[in-house]
Amino acid sequence: MSIQTPMQSTHGALSNNPIPLEKDALLASYRTMRTIRDFEERLHVEFAKGDIPGFVHLYAGEEACATGIMMHLTDSDRIASTHRGHGHCIAKGVDVAEMMAEIYGKSSGSCRGKGGSMHIADLSKGMMGANGILGAGAPLICGAALAAKFRGDGGVGITFFGDGAANQGTVLESMNLAAIWNLPVIFVLENNGYAEATSVIYATGVDSFLDRAHGFGLPGVSVDGTDFFAVHKAAGELIAKARAGGGPALLECKMVRFYGHFEGDSQTYKAKGENDFNRLNRDCLKIFADRVTAAGVVSDAEIALLDREVANLIDEAVSSAKSAPQPTHHELTSDVYVSY
Amino acid sequence: MSRTLSFKLAINEALDLEMRRDPTVILLGEDIVGGSGSPGEMDAWGGVLGVTKGLYGKHGNRLIDTPLSESAYIGAAIGAAACGMRPVAELMFLDFMGVCFDQILNQAAKFRYMFGGKAKTPVVIRAMVGAGFRAAAQHSQMLTPMFTHVPGLKVVCPSNAYDAKGLLIQSIRDDDPVIFCEHKNLYASEADVPAEPYAIPFGEANVVRDGRDVTIVSYGLTVHRALEAAATLSKRSGLEAEVIDLRTLSPIDWDTVIESVENTGRLVVVDEANPRCSIATDVAAYVAQHAFGALKAAPQMVTAPHTPVPFSPALEDLYIPSADAIAAAVLKTHPQALAA
Repeated sequence: MSIQTPMQSTHGALSNNPIPLEKDALLASYRTMRTIRDFEERLHVEFAKGDIPGFVHLYAGEEACATGIMMHLTDSDRIASTHRGHGHCIAKGVDVAEMMAEIYGKSSGSCRGKGGSMHIADLSKGMMGANGILGAGAPLICGAALAAKFRGDGGVGITFFGDGAANQGTVLESMNLAAIWNLPVIFVLENNGYAEATSVIYATGVDSFLDRAHGFGLPGVSVDGTDFFAVHKAAGELIAKARAGGGPALLECKMVRFYGHFEGDSQTYKAKGENDFNRLNRDCLKIFADRVTAAGVVSDAEIALLDREVANLIDEAVSSAKSAPQPTHHELTSDVYVSY
Repeated sequence: MSRTLSFKLAINEALDLEMRRDPTVILLGEDIVGGSGSPGEMDAWGGVLGVTKGLYGKHGNRLIDTPLSESAYIGAAIGAAACGMRPVAELMFLDFMGVCFDQILNQAAKFRYMFGGKAKTPVVIRAMVGAGFRAAAQHSQMLTPMFTHVPGLKVVCPSNAYDAKGLLIQSIRDDDPVIFCEHKNLYASEADVPAEPYAIPFGEANVVRDGRDVTIVSYGLTVHRALEAAATLSKRSGLEAEVIDLRTLSPIDWDTVIESVENTGRLVVVDEANPRCSIATDVAAYVAQHAFGALKAAPQMVTAPHTPVPFSPALEDLYIPSADAIAAAVLKTHPQALAA
């Protein structure tokens, strides 16, 4: 079987320590992760009914990465996301109901139904867009970081990309650019082991992506992306350093993709039982909940309450998206240019 | 105050004035300063042909030399534009679009529409265009149609120093992404240019010669060839050509073209681009559709041949639309004059 075993985290020792976050932050983190999970699980169901147009790429299983990183950011920090962007959007504070409406192609959507799942953006939240072009966010976030540097506001830029897009020239060029300009950029490599249906083992010449970072003069850290606390700690250190002028870095999060590349993917390239194994042993929400409840910091009842709140939120998002009006023909030709 | 200024210095002056006016204007490009990190002097080049020479001394670190990574730095300019800056990125030769086109085509051009009207990307990409420099196939193309095809981009191609300054100032102040095409064989051409800042609105063609017998539409270097042809025709055949300089190709001033053709009944379009799906075919088709009743002869197109730009001066001189070819095309719209 090609199932990845959880790697030895650089910050593994921390994961055995008492819970390093305040209770409010723990509840907020769990809520975000649960919102992403339920959003994606519900999309999986609704997509199968045929109500959702286009391509949908689900982030289920990867929630700890987006959440652990975004906990360190404010609205003035920028992120550039990927085709698998719902989790990044939610963790960055994009309105969930507007996101759902966007995925249904409705005029009340985040992008008035003109972007869809692969292009959800909310610049007021520092979310510069999911992106249908792999690796395209890396140059853009270098620009965002350059702008922050000119403003001197201490803002940082985070670009997410998968193990597949890690092989794009744009990502590699951007690592060099960020290095020579000492930009406050964190390159977050979400390594779920698959570029669409192709294994990272096949597609990548180096044994460790950290070698890539080092090749560009960047520090690199690799963590178990199913461990929220490992992600949170590593990201916190790298982001604080970048804010203080310490320059860019690569953060690799090794994680699992519960679903296929897109909805409708038969996933026959995966090992038999791989998804079941991951659901059972590498579910970042379960790992998080077990840990905080075992430590006695958060109760089962509090977790259950959040689960119910989120379930309601998603229910409402789906029903309001379904009943929202379609965009009218005026929307076809508006917003091409600012000036006309 | 007006004085004679070269096309190249007019661009330099426009950049200088806008950088003085607006602190968010920054310049990025390969060797736009020249000498970064080198043992010799800074501002060694001021761009490969010296267009930005001297600006480093006035604006310092707001001019940023880039590594040879067009995707990364054009993308960074676009990302910075989406985050409140007004970057002017120099692509050196527009032919280099081949290595960074995704950032222009799928990112800058799409943000506003794809994000439901929420994004603004005020980036200018300056680049040299055109043949006649003995620079062969990869440094000489007139690729304007590649950009006019893309909704969301504005495309500008001035024919003289006065327009170059006014159109570049407008490009920098404009809130949409602008591809600013500078014909390298016009850099030394001079015109009366006021010292103060002025902006020429987009979508306003310039009637550079009045005439009743035929409308010649062009842009960039070939405007001068058209004027040459018009002078010859006037002298030899008594035909008076109206010559229209489009100045901006997206948006394009259809009204001025149609109005002229309604007066003259004849159309010749001159385009240095390759003939298929070009500015020439665009203008000819538009006129055929919207002013068919006014046409007294079939519209004629004078373009480069459907070949790459050749190196040998003997061949390259044949490649660029000549005044003779334009005059011959005009005579085709006037068979009686041809017979005479």
